[in-house]
Amino acid sequence: MYEQSPIAKRCTVNRWVCALANGLAALGQGFLSAAAHMGQMGFFTGQLLWRLLPAWTRPRLIIQEIYAIGVLSLVIILISGGFVGLVLGLQGYNILSKFNATESLGVMVALSLVRELGPVVTALLFAGRAGSAVTAEIALMKTTEQLSAMEMMAVDPIRRVIAPRFWGAVIAMPLLAGLFSLVGIAGGYFIGVVVLGVDSASYWGQIQQQMQPVDDVMNGVIKSLVFGGVIGLVAVFEGFNAEPTSLGISRATTRTVVLSSLLVLGLDFILTAWMFGA
Amino acid sequence: MKPYIQFEQLSFARGRNLIFDRIDLAIPQGKITAIMGPSGTGKTTLLRLIGGQIKPQSGRVMVDGLDMTRASSKALLAMRRRLGMLFQNGALFTDLTAAENVAFPLREHTRLPESMIERIVALKLQAVGLLADANQMPAALSGGMARRVALARALALDPALMLYDEPFTGQDPINVGVLLRLIASLNQALGLTSVLVSHDVTEVFAIADLVFVINEGRVVASGSPDELRAQMPHVPFLRQFLEGAPDDDQSIAGQQSAKIFATALGLVAPSEPACMSKAQSQSGAL
Repeated sequence: MYEQSPIAKRCTVNRWVCALANGLAALGQGFLSAAAHMGQMGFFTGQLLWRLLPAWTRPRLIIQEIYAIGVLSLVIILISGGFVGLVLGLQGYNILSKFNATESLGVMVALSLVRELGPVVTALLFAGRAGSAVTAEIALMKTTEQLSAMEMMAVDPIRRVIAPRFWGAVIAMPLLAGLFSLVGIAGGYFIGVVVLGVDSASYWGQIQQQMQPVDDVMNGVIKSLVFGGVIGLVAVFEGFNAEPTSLGISRATTRTVVLSSLLVLGLDFILTAWMFGA
Repeated sequence: MKPYIQFEQLSFARGRNLIFDRIDLAIPQGKITAIMGPSGTGKTTLLRLIGGQIKPQSGRVMVDGLDMTRASSKALLAMRRRLGMLFQNGALFTDLTAAENVAFPLREHTRLPESMIERIVALKLQAVGLLADANQMPAALSGGMARRVALARALALDPALMLYDEPFTGQDPINVGVLLRLIASLNQALGLTSVLVSHDVTEVFAIADLVFVINEGRVVASGSPDELRAQMPHVPFLRQFLEGAPDDDQSIAGQQSAKIFATALGLVAPSEPACMSKAQSQSGAL
Protein backbone atom coordinates (compact mmCIF):
# COMPACT_ATOMS: atom_id res chain seq x y z
CA MET A 1 0.00 0.00 0.00
CA TYR A 2 2.86 2.34 0.82
CA GLU A 3 5.09 1.17 -2.01
CA GLN A 4 6.30 3.61 -4.56
CA SER A 5 3.77 3.83 -7.33
CA PRO A 6 4.65 1.73 -10.39
CA ILE A 7 4.46 4.73 -12.67
CA ALA A 8 7.50 6.30 -11.00
CA LYS A 9 9.65 3.37 -12.03
CA ARG A 10 8.50 3.33 -15.62
CA CYS A 11 8.18 7.04 -16.26
CA THR A 12 10.80 8.31 -18.67
CA VAL A 13 8.97 11.09 -20.52
CA ASN A 14 9.56 14.41 -18.86
CA ARG A 15 10.18 15.40 -15.26
CA TRP A 16 6.97 17.42 -14.91
CA VAL A 17 4.78 14.87 -16.62
CA CYS A 18 6.24 12.19 -14.37
CA ALA A 19 5.66 14.29 -11.27
CA LEU A 20 2.06 14.86 -12.29
CA ALA A 21 1.50 11.21 -13.06
CA ASN A 22 3.03 10.23 -9.73
CA GLY A 23 0.89 12.72 -7.90
CA LEU A 24 -2.21 11.28 -9.53
CA ALA A 25 -1.10 7.74 -8.80
CA ALA A 26 -0.46 8.59 -5.15
CA LEU A 27 -3.86 10.22 -4.91
CA GLY A 28 -5.48 7.15 -6.43
CA GLN A 29 -3.61 4.86 -4.08
CA GLY A 30 -4.57 6.94 -1.09
CA PHE A 31 -8.18 6.88 -2.19
CA LEU A 32 -8.14 3.12 -2.71
CA SER A 33 -6.58 2.45 0.67
CA ALA A 34 -9.07 4.79 2.35
CA ALA A 35 -11.90 3.00 0.57
CA ALA A 36 -10.55 -0.38 1.67
CA HIS A 37 -10.26 0.89 5.25
CA MET A 38 -13.84 2.12 5.18
CA GLY A 39 -15.05 -1.14 3.71
CA GLN A 40 -13.29 -3.06 6.47
CA MET A 41 -14.81 -0.76 9.04
CA GLY A 42 -18.27 -1.24 7.58
CA PHE A 43 -17.92 -5.00 7.69
CA PHE A 44 -16.58 -4.86 11.24
CA THR A 45 -19.43 -2.57 12.33
CA GLY A 46 -21.90 -5.09 10.96
CA GLN A 47 -20.28 -7.90 12.93
CA LEU A 48 -20.27 -5.76 16.06
CA LEU A 49 -23.91 -4.65 15.73
CA TRP A 50 -24.99 -8.26 15.43
CA ARG A 51 -23.44 -8.99 18.83
CA LEU A 52 -24.36 -5.85 20.74
CA LEU A 53 -27.50 -7.27 22.33
CA PRO A 54 -26.10 -10.76 23.04
CA ALA A 55 -23.27 -9.06 24.94
CA TRP A 56 -25.82 -8.13 27.62
CA THR A 57 -26.12 -11.77 28.64
CA ARG A 58 -22.90 -11.03 30.56
CA PRO A 59 -23.59 -7.63 32.17
CA ARG A 60 -20.61 -8.05 34.49
CA LEU A 61 -18.21 -7.69 31.58
CA ILE A 62 -19.87 -4.44 30.52
CA ILE A 63 -19.80 -3.06 34.06
CA GLN A 64 -16.10 -3.88 34.28
CA GLU A 65 -15.52 -1.88 31.10
CA ILE A 66 -17.60 1.05 32.33
CA TYR A 67 -15.27 1.07 35.32
CA ALA A 68 -12.08 0.78 33.25
CA ILE A 69 -13.18 3.27 30.61
CA GLY A 70 -15.38 5.64 32.60
CA VAL A 71 -14.47 5.65 36.27
CA LEU A 72 -10.74 5.68 35.59
CA SER A 73 -11.19 8.69 33.28
CA LEU A 74 -12.93 10.68 36.03
CA VAL A 75 -9.86 12.49 37.31
CA ILE A 76 -8.83 14.05 34.00
CA ILE A 77 -12.45 14.85 33.09
CA LEU A 78 -13.27 16.53 36.42
CA ILE A 79 -10.08 18.56 36.58
CA SER A 80 -10.47 19.70 32.97
CA GLY A 81 -14.13 20.54 33.55
CA GLY A 82 -13.19 22.66 36.54
CA PHE A 83 -10.58 24.63 34.62
CA VAL A 84 -12.79 25.12 31.58
CA GLY A 85 -15.51 26.44 33.92
CA LEU A 86 -13.07 28.84 35.57
CA VAL A 87 -11.90 30.21 32.21
CA LEU A 88 -15.45 30.50 30.89
CA GLY A 89 -16.48 32.39 34.02
CA LEU A 90 -13.57 34.78 33.70
CA GLN A 91 -13.94 35.44 29.98
CA GLY A 92 -17.72 35.61 30.20
CA TYR A 93 -17.54 38.11 33.04
CA ASN A 94 -15.16 40.33 31.09
CA ILE A 95 -17.40 40.39 28.03
CA LEU A 96 -20.74 40.60 29.84
CA SER A 97 -19.55 43.39 32.10
CA LYS A 98 -19.14 45.60 29.02
CA PHE A 99 -22.88 45.28 28.46
CA ASN A 100 -23.77 45.40 32.14
CA ALA A 101 -25.17 41.92 31.80
CA THR A 102 -23.05 40.01 34.30
CA GLU A 103 -26.19 38.49 35.84
CA SER A 104 -26.39 36.36 32.69
CA LEU A 105 -23.01 34.83 33.45
CA GLY A 106 -24.58 31.64 34.83
CA VAL A 107 -26.65 30.89 31.78
CA MET A 108 -23.77 31.74 29.45
CA VAL A 109 -21.45 29.34 31.22
CA ALA A 110 -24.09 26.63 31.52
CA LEU A 111 -25.24 26.80 27.91
CA SER A 112 -21.70 26.80 26.55
CA LEU A 113 -20.93 23.75 28.61
CA VAL A 114 -24.09 21.75 28.15
CA ARG A 115 -24.49 22.40 24.44
CA GLU A 116 -20.90 22.37 23.24
CA LEU A 117 -17.91 22.22 25.50
CA GLY A 118 -19.19 19.46 27.76
CA PRO A 119 -19.71 16.86 25.03
CA VAL A 120 -16.89 18.01 22.73
CA VAL A 121 -14.05 18.56 25.20
CA THR A 122 -15.04 15.45 27.15
CA ALA A 123 -15.02 13.48 23.89
CA LEU A 124 -11.57 14.76 22.93
CA LEU A 125 -10.15 13.94 26.37
CA PHE A 126 -11.98 10.63 26.37
CA ALA A 127 -10.48 9.69 23.00
CA GLY A 128 -7.01 10.41 24.37
CA ARG A 129 -7.48 8.78 27.74
CA ALA A 130 -9.81 5.83 27.15
CA GLY A 131 -9.92 5.34 23.37
CA SER A 132 -6.17 4.95 23.09
CA ALA A 133 -6.13 2.56 26.05
CA VAL A 134 -8.84 0.36 24.54
CA THR A 135 -7.04 0.24 21.18
CA ALA A 136 -3.69 -0.60 22.74
CA GLU A 137 -5.23 -3.31 24.93
CA ILE A 138 -7.06 -5.04 22.09
CA ALA A 139 -4.11 -4.70 19.72
CA LEU A 140 -1.79 -6.25 22.28
CA MET A 141 -4.26 -9.08 22.88
CA LYS A 142 -4.19 -9.69 19.15
CA THR A 143 -0.40 -9.52 18.95
CA THR A 144 0.05 -12.02 21.78
CA GLU A 145 -2.50 -14.37 20.15
CA GLN A 146 -4.96 -14.02 23.03
CA LEU A 147 -7.81 -13.30 20.61
CA SER A 148 -6.77 -16.22 18.46
CA ALA A 149 -6.64 -18.47 21.53
CA MET A 150 -10.14 -17.36 22.46
CA GLU A 151 -11.36 -18.22 18.99
CA MET A 152 -9.81 -21.68 19.29
CA MET A 153 -11.63 -22.11 22.61
CA ALA A 154 -14.88 -21.51 20.70
CA VAL A 155 -15.30 -18.10 22.36
CA ASP A 156 -16.23 -15.27 20.01
CA PRO A 157 -13.73 -12.44 20.65
CA ILE A 158 -16.06 -9.81 19.19
CA ARG A 159 -18.78 -10.74 21.63
CA ARG A 160 -16.48 -11.37 24.60
CA VAL A 161 -13.90 -8.59 24.21
CA ILE A 162 -15.05 -6.04 21.65
CA ALA A 163 -18.77 -5.55 22.37
CA PRO A 164 -18.37 -4.91 26.14
CA ARG A 165 -15.73 -2.26 25.47
CA PHE A 166 -17.94 -0.57 22.91
CA TRP A 167 -20.85 -0.54 25.39
CA GLY A 168 -18.52 0.78 28.06
CA ALA A 169 -17.64 3.77 25.87
CA VAL A 170 -21.26 4.46 24.85
CA ILE A 171 -22.48 4.37 28.45
CA ALA A 172 -19.56 6.17 30.08
CA MET A 173 -19.35 9.08 27.66
CA PRO A 174 -22.70 10.85 28.47
CA LEU A 175 -22.09 10.39 32.19
CA LEU A 176 -18.61 11.89 31.92
CA ALA A 177 -19.87 14.76 29.77
CA GLY A 178 -22.60 15.46 32.34
CA LEU A 179 -20.08 15.53 35.15
CA PHE A 180 -17.77 17.73 33.08
CA SER A 181 -20.57 20.27 32.63
CA LEU A 182 -21.56 20.16 36.31
CA VAL A 183 -18.03 20.76 37.50
CA GLY A 184 -17.63 23.47 34.86
CA ILE A 185 -20.76 25.29 36.07
CA ALA A 186 -19.41 25.07 39.60
CA GLY A 187 -16.10 26.50 38.39
CA GLY A 188 -17.94 29.39 36.71
CA TYR A 189 -19.84 29.96 39.95
CA PHE A 190 -16.61 30.07 41.91
CA ILE A 191 -14.92 32.63 39.69
CA GLY A 192 -18.07 34.68 38.95
CA VAL A 193 -19.87 34.70 42.26
CA VAL A 194 -17.23 34.02 44.87
CA VAL A 195 -14.31 35.88 43.33
CA LEU A 196 -15.81 38.56 41.06
CA GLY A 197 -19.00 39.25 43.03
CA VAL A 198 -21.81 38.35 40.61
CA ASP A 199 -25.12 37.87 42.41
CA SER A 200 -25.52 34.23 43.38
CA ALA A 201 -29.30 34.19 42.94
CA SER A 202 -29.12 35.55 39.40
CA TYR A 203 -26.34 33.09 38.49
CA TRP A 204 -28.60 30.12 39.31
CA GLY A 205 -31.87 31.86 38.50
CA GLN A 206 -30.90 32.63 34.92
CA ILE A 207 -29.80 29.06 34.41
CA GLN A 208 -33.13 27.80 35.72
CA GLN A 209 -35.12 30.21 33.62
CA GLN A 210 -33.40 29.93 30.30
CA MET A 211 -32.10 26.39 29.99
CA GLN A 212 -34.50 24.12 28.17
CA PRO A 213 -34.54 20.51 29.31
CA VAL A 214 -35.12 19.14 25.81
CA ASP A 215 -33.44 21.66 23.52
CA ASP A 216 -30.33 22.08 25.60
CA VAL A 217 -29.87 19.18 27.97
CA MET A 218 -31.23 16.40 25.77
CA ASN A 219 -29.32 17.61 22.73
CA GLY A 220 -26.14 17.63 24.79
CA VAL A 221 -26.85 14.08 25.90
CA ILE A 222 -27.52 12.98 22.31
CA LYS A 223 -24.25 14.54 21.20
CA SER A 224 -22.25 12.80 23.89
CA LEU A 225 -23.94 9.47 23.12
CA VAL A 226 -23.01 9.82 19.46
CA PHE A 227 -19.45 10.80 20.36
CA GLY A 228 -19.18 7.85 22.76
CA GLY A 229 -20.34 5.50 20.01
CA VAL A 230 -17.90 6.94 17.46
CA ILE A 231 -14.92 6.84 19.81
CA GLY A 232 -15.83 3.34 20.99
CA LEU A 233 -16.20 2.08 17.44
CA VAL A 234 -12.96 3.62 16.19
CA ALA A 235 -11.04 2.40 19.25
CA VAL A 236 -12.17 -1.23 19.03
CA PHE A 237 -11.87 -1.31 15.24
CA GLU A 238 -8.32 0.04 15.20
CA GLY A 239 -7.29 -2.35 17.97
CA PHE A 240 -8.89 -5.37 16.32
CA ASN A 241 -7.38 -4.59 12.92
CA ALA A 242 -3.98 -3.48 14.14
CA GLU A 243 -0.95 -5.04 12.54
CA PRO A 244 0.37 -7.49 15.15
CA THR A 245 3.72 -5.76 15.72
CA SER A 246 4.91 -3.09 18.13
CA LEU A 247 4.87 -0.52 15.35
CA GLY A 248 1.39 -1.70 14.41
CA ILE A 249 0.13 -1.13 17.96
CA SER A 250 1.60 2.34 18.12
CA ARG A 251 0.12 3.23 14.74
CA ALA A 252 -3.28 1.92 15.71
CA THR A 253 -3.26 3.90 18.97
CA THR A 254 -2.31 7.09 17.16
CA ARG A 255 -4.97 6.51 14.51
CA THR A 256 -7.61 6.08 17.20
CA VAL A 257 -6.83 9.43 18.78
CA VAL A 258 -6.48 11.31 15.50
CA LEU A 259 -9.43 9.75 13.69
CA SER A 260 -11.85 9.89 16.61
CA SER A 261 -10.92 13.48 17.45
CA LEU A 262 -11.52 14.57 13.87
CA LEU A 263 -14.77 12.64 13.67
CA VAL A 264 -15.97 14.19 16.93
CA LEU A 265 -15.27 17.71 15.70
CA GLY A 266 -16.83 17.06 12.29
CA LEU A 267 -19.90 15.38 13.72
CA ASP A 268 -20.26 18.13 16.29
CA PHE A 269 -20.67 20.64 13.51
CA ILE A 270 -23.23 18.50 11.72
CA LEU A 271 -25.18 17.79 14.90
CA THR A 272 -25.11 21.44 15.96
CA ALA A 273 -26.35 22.54 12.57
CA TRP A 274 -29.14 20.01 12.81
CA MET A 275 -30.13 20.75 16.41
CA PHE A 276 -29.66 24.50 16.72
CA GLY A 277 -29.28 25.49 13.07
CA ALA A 278 -32.50 27.01 11.84
CA MET B 1 -8.40 -47.42 10.82
CA LYS B 2 -10.16 -44.31 9.63
CA PRO B 3 -7.97 -41.23 10.08
CA TYR B 4 -9.08 -38.65 12.63
CA ILE B 5 -7.81 -35.71 10.62
CA GLN B 6 -7.45 -35.78 6.88
CA PHE B 7 -6.05 -33.21 4.47
CA GLU B 8 -7.28 -33.86 0.97
CA GLN B 9 -5.48 -32.18 -1.92
CA LEU B 10 -5.21 -29.06 0.16
CA SER B 11 -3.66 -25.90 -1.26
CA PHE B 12 -3.13 -22.76 0.72
CA ALA B 13 -1.47 -19.56 -0.41
CA ARG B 14 -0.76 -16.33 1.36
CA GLY B 15 -0.74 -13.65 -1.28
CA ARG B 16 1.39 -15.06 -4.08
CA ASN B 17 3.27 -17.26 -1.69
CA LEU B 18 2.12 -20.86 -2.07
CA ILE B 19 2.43 -22.49 1.35
CA PHE B 20 0.79 -25.86 0.73
CA ASP B 21 0.61 -27.36 -2.72
CA ARG B 22 -2.11 -30.03 -2.94
CA ILE B 23 -0.97 -31.94 0.11
CA ASP B 24 -2.57 -35.09 1.49
CA LEU B 25 -2.15 -36.02 5.14
CA ALA B 26 -3.89 -38.60 7.27
CA ILE B 27 -3.56 -38.29 11.03
CA PRO B 28 -4.67 -41.36 12.99
CA GLN B 29 -6.78 -41.33 16.13
CA GLY B 30 -5.25 -41.85 19.55
CA LYS B 31 -1.66 -41.31 18.39
CA ILE B 32 0.89 -38.55 18.62
CA THR B 33 1.53 -37.23 15.14
CA ALA B 34 4.28 -34.74 14.49
CA ILE B 35 4.47 -32.33 11.58
CA MET B 36 8.08 -31.30 11.06
CA GLY B 37 9.86 -28.99 8.73
CA PRO B 38 12.14 -25.98 8.67
CA SER B 39 10.90 -22.58 9.84
CA GLY B 40 8.54 -20.89 7.46
CA THR B 41 7.09 -24.05 5.94
CA GLY B 42 3.64 -23.24 7.30
CA LYS B 43 3.50 -25.59 10.27
CA THR B 44 1.48 -23.16 12.35
CA THR B 45 -0.72 -22.48 9.35
CA LEU B 46 -1.44 -26.18 9.27
CA LEU B 47 -2.76 -26.09 12.85
CA ARG B 48 -4.91 -23.08 12.03
CA LEU B 49 -6.34 -24.97 9.07
CA ILE B 50 -7.21 -27.86 11.39
CA GLY B 51 -8.90 -25.44 13.78
CA GLY B 52 -10.84 -23.87 10.90
CA GLN B 53 -9.42 -20.43 11.67
CA ILE B 54 -8.32 -19.98 8.10
CA LYS B 55 -9.72 -21.41 4.89
CA PRO B 56 -7.66 -23.03 2.15
CA GLN B 57 -7.90 -21.99 -1.50
CA SER B 58 -8.77 -25.53 -2.50
CA GLY B 59 -9.05 -28.98 -0.99
CA ARG B 60 -10.58 -30.08 2.30
CA VAL B 61 -9.64 -30.57 5.94
CA MET B 62 -11.73 -33.27 7.58
CA VAL B 63 -11.65 -33.46 11.37
CA ASP B 64 -13.58 -36.38 12.84
CA GLY B 65 -15.84 -36.44 9.79
CA LEU B 66 -16.50 -32.69 9.73
CA ASP B 67 -15.29 -30.67 6.76
CA MET B 68 -13.72 -27.68 8.54
CA THR B 69 -13.53 -25.69 5.31
CA ARG B 70 -17.27 -25.72 4.71
CA ALA B 71 -18.74 -26.23 8.17
CA SER B 72 -21.33 -23.76 9.46
CA SER B 73 -20.04 -21.47 12.19
CA LYS B 74 -22.19 -23.39 14.70
CA ALA B 75 -20.64 -26.72 13.77
CA LEU B 76 -17.21 -25.11 13.80
CA LEU B 77 -17.72 -23.79 17.33
CA ALA B 78 -18.98 -27.18 18.49
CA MET B 79 -15.88 -28.82 17.03
CA ARG B 80 -13.56 -26.28 18.64
CA ARG B 81 -14.95 -27.13 22.07
CA ARG B 82 -13.55 -30.60 21.58
CA LEU B 83 -10.18 -29.28 20.60
CA GLY B 84 -7.37 -27.89 22.72
CA MET B 85 -4.56 -25.83 21.31
CA LEU B 86 -1.28 -24.93 22.96
CA PHE B 87 0.03 -21.76 21.36
CA GLN B 88 3.72 -21.21 20.85
CA ASN B 89 3.90 -18.40 23.41
CA GLY B 90 1.12 -19.79 25.57
CA ALA B 91 -1.26 -16.94 24.70
CA LEU B 92 -2.41 -16.69 28.31
CA PHE B 93 -4.82 -13.88 29.14
CA THR B 94 -2.48 -11.44 30.79
CA ASP B 95 -5.09 -9.82 33.02
CA LEU B 96 -6.24 -13.11 34.57
CA THR B 97 -4.38 -15.27 37.10
CA ALA B 98 -3.18 -18.74 36.19
CA ALA B 99 -6.23 -20.32 37.82
CA GLU B 100 -8.62 -17.87 36.13
CA ASN B 101 -6.98 -18.64 32.81
CA VAL B 102 -7.66 -22.34 33.28
CA ALA B 103 -11.18 -21.58 34.48
CA PHE B 104 -11.89 -19.38 31.43
CA PRO B 105 -13.15 -22.07 29.02
CA LEU B 106 -15.15 -23.70 31.83
CA ARG B 107 -16.85 -20.43 32.72
CA GLU B 108 -17.56 -19.68 29.06
CA HIS B 109 -18.95 -23.04 28.08
CA THR B 110 -20.39 -24.69 31.16
CA ARG B 111 -22.81 -23.74 33.89
CA LEU B 112 -20.91 -25.56 36.59
CA PRO B 113 -21.08 -24.18 40.15
CA GLU B 114 -18.05 -22.19 41.26
CA SER B 115 -16.92 -24.86 43.72
CA MET B 116 -16.85 -27.44 40.93
CA ILE B 117 -14.90 -25.12 38.63
CA GLU B 118 -12.35 -24.55 41.39
CA ARG B 119 -11.88 -28.29 41.79
CA ILE B 120 -11.46 -28.90 38.07
CA VAL B 121 -8.97 -26.03 37.82
CA ALA B 122 -7.00 -27.44 40.74
CA LEU B 123 -6.94 -30.85 39.08
CA LYS B 124 -5.72 -29.46 35.77
CA LEU B 125 -3.04 -27.36 37.41
CA GLN B 126 -2.00 -30.35 39.46
CA ALA B 127 -1.65 -32.36 36.25
CA VAL B 128 0.92 -29.87 34.93
CA GLY B 129 2.57 -29.52 38.34
CA LEU B 130 1.67 -25.90 38.98
CA LEU B 131 -1.01 -26.02 41.65
CA ALA B 132 1.18 -23.92 43.95
CA ASP B 133 1.26 -21.11 41.39
CA ALA B 134 -2.49 -20.95 40.82
CA ASN B 135 -2.79 -17.33 41.92
CA GLN B 136 0.19 -15.96 40.00
CA MET B 137 -0.34 -13.55 37.14
CA PRO B 138 1.10 -14.74 33.80
CA ALA B 139 3.74 -11.99 33.88
CA ALA B 140 5.13 -13.51 37.09
CA LEU B 141 5.52 -16.96 35.53
CA SER B 142 8.57 -18.16 33.65
CA GLY B 143 8.15 -19.03 29.98
CA GLY B 144 8.05 -22.75 30.72
CA MET B 145 5.53 -22.36 33.52
CA ALA B 146 3.34 -20.14 31.35
CA ARG B 147 3.32 -22.82 28.69
CA ARG B 148 2.27 -25.45 31.22
CA VAL B 149 -0.55 -23.21 32.47
CA ALA B 150 -1.61 -22.81 28.85
CA LEU B 151 -1.53 -26.58 28.53
CA ALA B 152 -3.77 -26.90 31.60
CA ARG B 153 -6.14 -24.37 30.04
CA ALA B 154 -6.19 -26.25 26.74
CA LEU B 155 -7.09 -29.40 28.66
CA ALA B 156 -9.81 -27.74 30.74
CA LEU B 157 -12.72 -28.96 28.66
CA ASP B 158 -11.25 -32.46 28.24
CA PRO B 159 -10.63 -32.19 24.51
CA ALA B 160 -10.48 -35.16 22.18
CA LEU B 161 -7.81 -33.52 20.06
CA MET B 162 -4.78 -31.58 21.23
CA LEU B 163 -2.77 -29.33 18.92
CA TYR B 164 0.69 -28.23 20.02
CA ASP B 165 2.42 -25.36 18.25
CA GLU B 166 6.21 -25.61 18.68
CA PRO B 167 5.93 -26.75 22.31
CA PHE B 168 9.69 -27.07 22.88
CA THR B 169 10.93 -23.85 21.31
CA GLY B 170 12.82 -21.62 23.72
CA GLN B 171 12.52 -23.99 26.69
CA ASP B 172 15.35 -25.05 28.95
CA PRO B 173 16.26 -28.78 28.89
CA ILE B 174 14.41 -29.52 32.14
CA ASN B 175 11.23 -27.93 30.86
CA VAL B 176 11.54 -29.77 27.58
CA GLY B 177 11.75 -33.03 29.53
CA VAL B 178 8.70 -32.09 31.61
CA LEU B 179 6.70 -31.15 28.50
CA LEU B 180 7.72 -34.33 26.70
CA ARG B 181 6.53 -36.49 29.56
CA LEU B 182 3.33 -34.47 29.88
CA ILE B 183 2.44 -34.68 26.20
CA ALA B 184 3.12 -38.40 26.06
CA SER B 185 1.38 -39.28 29.32
CA LEU B 186 -1.65 -37.08 28.65
CA ASN B 187 -2.08 -38.65 25.27
CA GLN B 188 -1.96 -42.09 26.79
CA ALA B 189 -4.01 -41.43 29.92
CA LEU B 190 -6.76 -39.37 28.33
CA GLY B 191 -6.89 -41.22 25.03
CA LEU B 192 -6.27 -38.02 23.07
CA THR B 193 -5.24 -37.55 19.51
CA SER B 194 -2.26 -35.22 19.51
CA VAL B 195 -0.82 -33.23 16.65
CA LEU B 196 2.37 -31.35 17.29
CA VAL B 197 4.32 -29.16 14.95
CA SER B 198 7.95 -28.70 15.73
CA HIS B 199 11.43 -28.61 14.30
CA ASP B 200 13.10 -30.17 17.32
CA VAL B 201 14.08 -33.54 15.93
CA THR B 202 15.36 -35.34 19.04
CA GLU B 203 12.37 -34.38 21.18
CA VAL B 204 9.79 -35.22 18.56
CA PHE B 205 11.36 -38.55 17.69
CA ALA B 206 11.25 -39.50 21.36
CA ILE B 207 7.43 -39.34 21.61
CA ALA B 208 5.88 -39.26 18.14
CA ASP B 209 4.15 -42.33 16.69
CA LEU B 210 4.04 -40.84 13.23
CA VAL B 211 6.03 -38.03 11.64
CA PHE B 212 5.36 -36.00 8.50
CA VAL B 213 8.22 -33.91 7.18
CA ILE B 214 7.12 -31.03 4.99
CA ASN B 215 9.20 -28.72 2.87
CA GLU B 216 8.21 -26.17 0.24
CA GLY B 217 4.54 -26.97 0.41
CA ARG B 218 4.82 -30.74 0.06
CA VAL B 219 5.19 -33.77 2.28
CA VAL B 220 8.69 -35.00 1.57
CA ALA B 221 8.74 -37.95 3.97
CA SER B 222 6.46 -39.68 6.42
CA GLY B 223 6.48 -42.66 8.74
CA SER B 224 7.41 -43.66 12.24
CA PRO B 225 10.65 -42.20 13.65
CA ASP B 226 12.39 -45.53 12.91
CA GLU B 227 11.14 -45.59 9.34
CA LEU B 228 12.34 -42.03 8.83
CA ARG B 229 15.78 -42.91 10.13
CA ALA B 230 15.84 -45.80 7.65
CA GLN B 231 14.80 -43.50 4.79
CA MET B 232 17.35 -40.89 5.71
CA PRO B 233 20.28 -42.00 3.53
CA HIS B 234 18.05 -41.94 0.43
CA VAL B 235 16.37 -38.58 0.88
CA PRO B 236 18.88 -35.73 0.84
CA PHE B 237 16.55 -33.19 2.42
CA LEU B 238 15.68 -35.58 5.22
CA ARG B 239 19.34 -36.15 5.97
CA GLN B 240 20.01 -32.47 6.03
CA PHE B 241 16.97 -31.69 8.17
CA LEU B 242 17.34 -34.50 10.68
CA GLU B 243 21.06 -34.20 11.11
CA GLY B 244 21.36 -30.48 10.63
CA ALA B 245 24.11 -31.29 8.13
CA PRO B 246 25.51 -28.63 5.83
CA ASP B 247 24.01 -28.71 2.39
CA ASP B 248 26.37 -30.30 -0.09
CA ASP B 249 23.69 -31.13 -2.59
CA GLN B 250 22.64 -28.21 -4.79
CA SER B 251 19.53 -30.13 -5.86
CA ILE B 252 17.70 -29.01 -2.74
CA ALA B 253 16.23 -25.72 -3.78
CA GLY B 254 16.20 -22.80 -1.42
CA GLN B 255 18.59 -24.35 1.08
CA GLN B 256 21.96 -22.63 1.17
CA SER B 257 24.76 -23.61 3.42
CA ALA B 258 26.23 -20.78 5.43
CA LYS B 259 29.44 -22.76 5.73
CA ILE B 260 30.06 -22.74 1.99
CA PHE B 261 29.65 -18.99 1.82
CA ALA B 262 31.79 -18.48 4.88
CA THR B 263 34.55 -20.56 3.34
CA ALA B 264 34.22 -18.83 -0.01
CA LEU B 265 34.53 -15.45 1.65
CA GLY B 266 37.65 -16.61 3.48
CA LEU B 267 36.07 -16.24 6.91
CA VAL B 268 36.56 -19.88 7.83
CA ALA B 269 39.43 -22.14 6.96
CA PRO B 270 38.24 -24.90 4.63
CA SER B 271 38.11 -28.10 6.66
CA GLU B 272 35.77 -30.75 5.27
CA PRO B 273 36.62 -31.95 1.80
CA ALA B 274 32.98 -31.82 0.66
CA CYS B 275 32.72 -28.20 1.61
CA MET B 276 36.06 -27.31 0.15
CA SER B 277 35.31 -28.53 -3.30
CA LYS B 278 32.03 -26.60 -3.27
CA ALA B 279 33.79 -23.56 -1.92
CA GLN B 280 36.36 -23.68 -4.65
CA SER B 281 33.80 -24.04 -7.38
CA GLN B 282 31.79 -21.19 -5.87
CA SER B 283 34.69 -18.84 -5.36
CA GLY B 284 35.31 -19.11 -9.07
CA ALA B 285 31.77 -17.98 -9.71
CA LEU B 286 32.06 -15.15 -7.22
